[in-house]
Amino acid sequence: MDWQGQKHSEFLMQILLVVFAVVAFAVGYAIESFQMMILIYASGVLLTALITVPNWPFFNRHPLKWLDPSEADRHPKPQATTAASKKKASKQK
Amino acid sequence: MHSFGYRANALVTFAVTILAAMCSLASLSDNFNVPTPTADVKVLNINWFQKQPNGNDEVSLTLNISVDLSSMFTWNTKQVFVFVAAEYETPQNALNQVSLWDGIIPSKEHAKFWIHTTNKYRFIDQGSNLRGKDFNLTLHWHVMPKTGKMFADKIVKSGYHLPEEYR
Repeated sequence: MDWQGQKHSEFLMQILLVVFAVVAFAVGYAIESFQMMILIYASGVLLTALITVPNWPFFNRHPLKWLDPSEADRHPKPQATTAASKKKASKQK
Repeated sequence: MHSFGYRANALVTFAVTILAAMCSLASLSDNFNVPTPTADVKVLNINWFQKQPNGNDEVSLTLNISVDLSSMFTWNTKQVFVFVAAEYETPQNALNQVSLWDGIIPSKEHAKFWIHTTNKYRFIDQGSNLRGKDFNLTLHWHVMPKTGKMFADKIVKSGYHLPEEYR
């Protein structure tokens, strides 16, 4: 999943669970059946898990733009000298 | 949200927390119920009344217990435990309570009933104080919920009397 997808997934998960809980409690209270409340909520949890946990494609619609490998080769990583890097390390600590 | 396991864990934790909230709400909803129980206990017969070898009095009664506890049941009720206790005073103890009979009511349909029975548990005094004793018969009930708080209450029926002599 990309960053946007993760945000959407978390939001969906929270909303879906709360909605199912409210519906389950309302229905259970109205028809005086504790079992029905638990049944509705349990199926809601499973459905929410199915929708938000796996890495579905619709969570990957803003994929990260990694640097192209051929572009990376044209800009080699800076190589610091070993003496300078040792001094820097001790200063930072 | 950074991996499958992370999301699964977040979902399960949140789901269980919400479940706990739903169960407390269900228990709180029991407070809206206004029960109207009725009960009556009659002593039909004193079967026998003896002094045991160890000096304690024992009496056997036949009781007729009729109750209507159907208004105690809510959507969050698992069962109602009901018992009848004899209460009396002796010189040694200000209050003696002896449980004579109990039962479990599993559902609203079973909550209105009468039963004709001898005492399920023995009515034995600590001592020999029962001759000519006045006693109360108290019907207690415990409303056991599916989740949350248990409610308990009772009805006291007074005016029962034991014989002056053993028989």
